[in-house]
Amino acid sequence: MQMAQPILTLENIHKSFDGTKVLDGISLSVLPGQFLTLLGPSGCGKTTTLRIIAGLETPDEGRVLLNGAEVTKLPPEKRAVNTVFQNYALFPHMNVLKNIAYPMKLRRVKKEDAARRVEELLSVVQLEGFGKRMPSQLSGGQRQRVAIARALACDPQLLLLDEPLGALDLQLRRQMQGELKALQKKLGITFIYITHDQEEALNMSDLIAVMNGGHFEQIGAPEEIYEHPTTRFAAQFIGQSNIIEGVVASAGQGSALVEVCPGNAMVVPGAFQAGERIALSVRAERIDYADKAEYGFTLAGVIKMHSYIGGVLRTTIELPTGQELLITGANPVSKYPAGCRVFVFWDPAVAAVVERGKAE
Amino acid sequence: MKRTNTWRSKLFVLLVLLFNYLPIIVVVVYSFNASKYGNWEGFSLEWYEKLFRNTQIMRSLKNSLFLAVSSCALSILIGTAGAVGMAKSRFRAQNLLENVSLIPMMLPEIILGMAYLSFFSILQVPFGMVTLIIAHTTFCVPYIFINVQSRLVGLDPAYVEAARDLGATQTRAFYDVTLPLITPAIISGALLAFAMSMDDVVISFFVTGTTSNTLPLQVYSMLKMGVTPEVNALCTLMLLVVFGAIGVFYLLSSLRRKAR
Amino acid sequence: MRERELSSAPKRRIAPTVWILAIWTFLFVALPLLYVIGITFLEKDDVWGITNVFTLENYKNLFSAVYGKVFLDSFLVAIATTVLTLLIGYPFAYFTAKFPPRVRSFIVLLLMTPFWINSLLRLNGWIILLKANGVVNVSLQALGLIDEPLKILYNNGAMMLGMVYALLPFMITSIYNSVEKLDWTVVEASRDLGASPFKAFCTVTVPLTVPGIVAGCVLVFVPSMGLFFISDLLGGGKTLLLGNLIKNEFMQARNWPMGATLSIAMLVFTTVFIYLYKKVTGAKTLGGLR
Repeated sequence: MQMAQPILTLENIHKSFDGTKVLDGISLSVLPGQFLTLLGPSGCGKTTTLRIIAGLETPDEGRVLLNGAEVTKLPPEKRAVNTVFQNYALFPHMNVLKNIAYPMKLRRVKKEDAARRVEELLSVVQLEGFGKRMPSQLSGGQRQRVAIARALACDPQLLLLDEPLGALDLQLRRQMQGELKALQKKLGITFIYITHDQEEALNMSDLIAVMNGGHFEQIGAPEEIYEHPTTRFAAQFIGQSNIIEGVVASAGQGSALVEVCPGNAMVVPGAFQAGERIALSVRAERIDYADKAEYGFTLAGVIKMHSYIGGVLRTTIELPTGQELLITGANPVSKYPAGCRVFVFWDPAVAAVVERGKAE
Repeated sequence: MKRTNTWRSKLFVLLVLLFNYLPIIVVVVYSFNASKYGNWEGFSLEWYEKLFRNTQIMRSLKNSLFLAVSSCALSILIGTAGAVGMAKSRFRAQNLLENVSLIPMMLPEIILGMAYLSFFSILQVPFGMVTLIIAHTTFCVPYIFINVQSRLVGLDPAYVEAARDLGATQTRAFYDVTLPLITPAIISGALLAFAMSMDDVVISFFVTGTTSNTLPLQVYSMLKMGVTPEVNALCTLMLLVVFGAIGVFYLLSSLRRKAR
Repeated sequence: MRERELSSAPKRRIAPTVWILAIWTFLFVALPLLYVIGITFLEKDDVWGITNVFTLENYKNLFSAVYGKVFLDSFLVAIATTVLTLLIGYPFAYFTAKFPPRVRSFIVLLLMTPFWINSLLRLNGWIILLKANGVVNVSLQALGLIDEPLKILYNNGAMMLGMVYALLPFMITSIYNSVEKLDWTVVEASRDLGASPFKAFCTVTVPLTVPGIVAGCVLVFVPSMGLFFISDLLGGGKTLLLGNLIKNEFMQARNWPMGATLSIAMLVFTTVFIYLYKKVTGAKTLGGLR
């Protein structure tokens, strides 16, 4: 594999505010041209990560490297990184033209050159003819485009976007997702994108970093994150997951029988030792049930209820342990009514082990 | 529930406004009265002529304008610098400093006045324009400070951060972004401060010198003496200036709205 | 977003511009006031104002009958002014807030405009109206309603009129700020739940506008004890207010220590009042001013 120089590297970044740990030793590297999304619940430290990359905060510990050069202590104005702020932060006292030309004015770009560049950027974000408007006269989507144009004005190597679609309604959001992705492909600029919306992250990114409590839970491609979550949090934050715990009853070649409770077992691929305690994540849409189990499963349950939620049927099944499994199926009608005793199973390959450890 | 007023509540509002304007109307009418006294003896511009020939009034008006402009300018400087600095600072005595600097606004004027009288006497500062400017600046600072501070609190820090992110130094970001955004607050604070300075009787009364009579003090002593129709003429002229200024202000702001 | 709010580093830092405010405040607010407190403990001197002799006599004098009466009178005048401005100001602010926005801002503009003209010049209008040969008397005589001019100037009534006139706008703007922010759906909800208009007003509207009421009361009460020129010009100096007394001690009796002591007493008095205000409303500053 060819080793490209990462455009951005974070090394073991720590940051606390007033004694509260916000970032707890995060490390990351991003290759040029990648679309990386930081995905996590609010308060997980994703905005702080972005602000440290932009230079708006200084980490307590750790290093930030841009193109291999350390910039940890460099002020924001000296970094070839630009940001699209959460509420866009368009200067309310300047019109669209002046907003976009502002970074060029700071760099003493000649007036004619700046004007030409502004027109070019306006056409990139499809806002020709809006130059004389004030930010207050623009819609949310238009403001967002201006903010992007302004951030692109000085050809940054890295564009940081802090929930840029957060203020838009669902329909516009979906449309803008496509546009942003296309823009990124066209410009070839590296994007670091923040969102707490999993659909947005899965839809747009080359790479997703799932963040929680100041550290990365998992970094990987969207399919990888979705199909093979490595932590409980990653599994639960994205999609509808069932976490099932059990103890390895017998380990065989390449797979094991894991007992959820006596007499109820599931098959898990991988090398394990008997007695090991593991937690498994299975997507709701991957689980099946019938009056007879397949794949060697012996997991029984009682159907508690069915509810049709448009497109899919959601079924709740209670295991003997009392745990409830959520199952979604494409078939709007189930053969088995509520109260029915069934066996639960899935293709062992679709489950992901999110936790393993010695049993007490 | 409908948010409408009955004719009775409308009448009430009208009457209170009338109460507010009654003495002013009387003053305007009497500034054109040929008689010095209560009865109407015909239209005359005599008092306006006398007003402009009254060197004492004219000098005190000049003093007051000079005083108001200079204390306004000083308090803009101190109040804005203070509010901007406080927003960026964090130190132990910060609350104390803020509270003490706001005292002049909360204090009955007379206390500040007599504090200055005794304070400047012991320091042997000669009473006059200098003491007046110090006193007026002191009671004007809180108005600017509070206005700018509340604007700064409401100001999204992202604006400055965006400017920094786009390549502005800290100083540059202040001049390009913060200052234009707090200017309306500075102006409204300054307008209030100007009005307070032009209106102040109590504090000026204690710190004025023999050569630096202000307009309010001049009017006070004239009113104590007795009948003074020139004062009516002066009031009418000031009213004209105020209404003119408000008219121009509204015209400008509506023009600006249309231009957008 | 929460992360940003936390971004106040615990480190101590003072922006250099703070010093401008700090030095000015120290020199011209803190020092003079401390000095005033200092001289309350000194004896008076006819030439220099003060001597270097320590005494508690001034504080003892506070409780003498003469000063006691002035305190009581000032307090009564201040209370009366506050109550009167509240009685006129509340309905005015309330009705004004019910007008359509354009009318509303026009009324506020009309109310505030006279503020830009010196208050003495406006008080002069009342003198012209009320004096023996003034508008009111001349008109009444012309109508044959009275033979002799009424003595309506230079008494307590005229003084109260002047006080209310000068301070009413403070009360109105404070209350208006509160009423304007009022969420009218809450009032509607109380009507919906069965309250009569009057009951809704008393149980919902008034409690929700308490901050404005209290701010207005402070803004009227505090200065009303010190506006000596209104008592001088309209009241004919019949009622000695605290403001007049302090002025006289300084300018005529040249008893600076006593004047200072009276000021401190007044200060304590108003501070207690403002403290109570903060207690009641839980406000950090005078909300009505903002």
